[in-house]
Amino acid sequence: MNFDFSDDAKTLGEQARKLFGERSGPAKARLAMAAGAPAFDAALWSEIAALGWTAARVPEAHGGLGLTAEESCQLADAAGQHLATVPLVSVLLATEALLIAGTDAQQAKWLPGIADGSVIAVPAWSEPGAVNPASLAVKAEGHRLTGVKSPVADLPGAHLAVVAAAGPDGPSLWLVDLADAQVETVETLDLVRRHGRLTLAGTPAEPLGTAADYQAWLDRAAVILAWEAIGTASAAMAMTVDYAKTRVAFGQTIGRYQGVKHKCADMFIKIELARAHALHGVAMIGSNGAELRQAASAARVASLDAVSYCAEEAVQLHGGIGFTWESDCQFYYRRNRTLAAALAGRGWWADRLVRALELRNRAAA
Amino acid sequence: MDFNDTAAEAEYRATVRAWLEDNAAEYRQPPATPWKLEEFVRRSKAWQAKKHAAGYTGITWPKPFGGQGLSPMHSIIYGQEESRFHAPSGLYSIGLGMCIPTVFTHGNPEVIQRYVPKALVGEEVWCQLFSEPAAGSDLAGIRTRAVKDGDEWVIDGQKVWTSFAHASDFGIVVCRTDPSKPKHKGLTMFIVDMKAPGVEVRGIKQMSGGSDFNEVFFTGVRVKDTHRLGAEGDGWKVALTTLMHERLAVGGKPRHAPGYATLMKLAKGVEAPNGGPAIEAGDVRQRIAASYIADEGIKLTQMRALSALSKGQMPGPEQSISKVVVAKTMQEMAAFALDLAGGDGFVTEGVDPELEKLQGSYLWSAGLRIAGGTDEILRNIIAERVLGLPGDLRPDKDKPFNESVSA
Repeated sequence: MNFDFSDDAKTLGEQARKLFGERSGPAKARLAMAAGAPAFDAALWSEIAALGWTAARVPEAHGGLGLTAEESCQLADAAGQHLATVPLVSVLLATEALLIAGTDAQQAKWLPGIADGSVIAVPAWSEPGAVNPASLAVKAEGHRLTGVKSPVADLPGAHLAVVAAAGPDGPSLWLVDLADAQVETVETLDLVRRHGRLTLAGTPAEPLGTAADYQAWLDRAAVILAWEAIGTASAAMAMTVDYAKTRVAFGQTIGRYQGVKHKCADMFIKIELARAHALHGVAMIGSNGAELRQAASAARVASLDAVSYCAEEAVQLHGGIGFTWESDCQFYYRRNRTLAAALAGRGWWADRLVRALELRNRAAA
Repeated sequence: MDFNDTAAEAEYRATVRAWLEDNAAEYRQPPATPWKLEEFVRRSKAWQAKKHAAGYTGITWPKPFGGQGLSPMHSIIYGQEESRFHAPSGLYSIGLGMCIPTVFTHGNPEVIQRYVPKALVGEEVWCQLFSEPAAGSDLAGIRTRAVKDGDEWVIDGQKVWTSFAHASDFGIVVCRTDPSKPKHKGLTMFIVDMKAPGVEVRGIKQMSGGSDFNEVFFTGVRVKDTHRLGAEGDGWKVALTTLMHERLAVGGKPRHAPGYATLMKLAKGVEAPNGGPAIEAGDVRQRIAASYIADEGIKLTQMRALSALSKGQMPGPEQSISKVVVAKTMQEMAAFALDLAGGDGFVTEGVDPELEKLQGSYLWSAGLRIAGGTDEILRNIIAERVLGLPGDLRPDKDKPFNESVSA
């Protein structure tokens, strides 16, 4: 039984938590918010690229380190925990798409730039009115895409988009060189992470794999995003537990009251349930296991449950101060919405989980 | 990452499985028609003796106490394999899982020599006498008195929720020996002969209809001072040794309890309130997902513990979420499933066996949320021991016990 991250992946995670702890976190998020525009910390981006984090998952043949999904998940956890003001998670998600479905030529063209940090690649799934990743309005005609993708995380400043578009066998992925595309910023509830609108008007695009590859990508993306959500949930919990140890009301620290401590315990319970499924997801990516779909879906749902509970109760347990503009609670509260919107909602993934279980039952029957 | 045994674990598993295949079949418990108590005890004793002869008892115990001196992983592997054969081991789970480790940790050499071997071979059955009517979550509020009389102690009082008291030969009992001390300080643990004069065992009928526990009344029961476990006044510390073992024992979802798979099966066969099969209704699918996340999440969390044990490490604090998740999920899932079945989920006469299981689970889960630490106590433990929050205010903690209670 070896159901845990490798020591190497854990070490990378610790390194990332340390650097992001020093260079990102609520203080940096606040600077971005004060400047009136979500942030991209170019210096930090260069530094993490130099450390090889954007190269972690890229094969050695394309200038990367050829590491596993475990490393990506540890990085996503660290980025989520410290609200990192770099587009690392988006790049990790786009990298998975190229790994699953890229032709040799596509990989050779884009992966070296992703590895050295010069190419920021982002997935573009959302579109106005879409709640179901299986039913999209953006359409391909020949090698050209038409329609609108929004909100797309980390789109402003990105070089390459991995766009989901409708196709005859269901949606599939396309590569769009953003030099050819119209990009505008979009304001969202998240005041720290940049989002954009990608308007495609017969924009040149290359197909990236099949409809089945898109489905496989959704599962891997759900696992990575689950780790980001677990990181954010853990930070909200830690901040709240610290506060409950120091804030005094009715003559004692509020962490003594069961009404407070039981909520903190529930934060821990929800985070650990999510962690178990997210770990299952990483294990299934690593072994190309048949249970990836159910593990990924469960990880996505459980991690959204954890981050929404932690973010909401963090404000509640801080009381009035938690509701002020000056409190850091709002970063987690708002980021919780970002994570929920990142890749179809909780309801869709819960349904996908049950469909995976039904398929498994039918196969076993 | 993988879920596989190491080479050494796989070898042990294969040996265990081969032995069980040759030996366990005749001891299989029929799940539909459970044995009567006498039959259960007789078969359990025979099975324990057979296991003992083959070296499958006291797997993690030190060799000087008759154990095998093996790792927790060996014990877990044996347990996993044995559970596939439905062999009767429950009679000894408390005695050998909790009581006897307390005896060999805190007892004197004569007592260890007298009791440990006979317990291990299954000749004598043990129970644990801690809870009382006024000492449940607040376990240190024990009122059963033990008063010293020469080289003996005289015990008077009442214990409750004692599993297998009616089948037990001996028990470990926590008593108040000095009411003038604060409540955690005036307690002492003893070995008591369950057949001694003055011991009376009465079954408790639970709201679920079954009788899995007992009340035990002590009236002038005499215990030799040599049968004291640990020093006078150290009973609370000794009890904590015992309870550490209980937390591991009362863990995951009970093996036969209905889970998300039951709900899926049921939802295929009943109609949703707005028409169509319930399995296609959004709220039903959300509930199936929630149930899967809880049940499988706990199973996977246990895999994390096994991975740590397999590497010779201590499991992490996440293990503490297990029972609090399992018990409440059982209750919610059973209620939801019975709702889906409408009146059929309510009627017990001629009920479908799957629905009967759900009815049973609904009733039993109410007890499971209390047994071995209530939902509330377990949340306190997570908050205080894992997250480091301060303990509740306990106004009686440092006061002499006889000043804070009128008993």
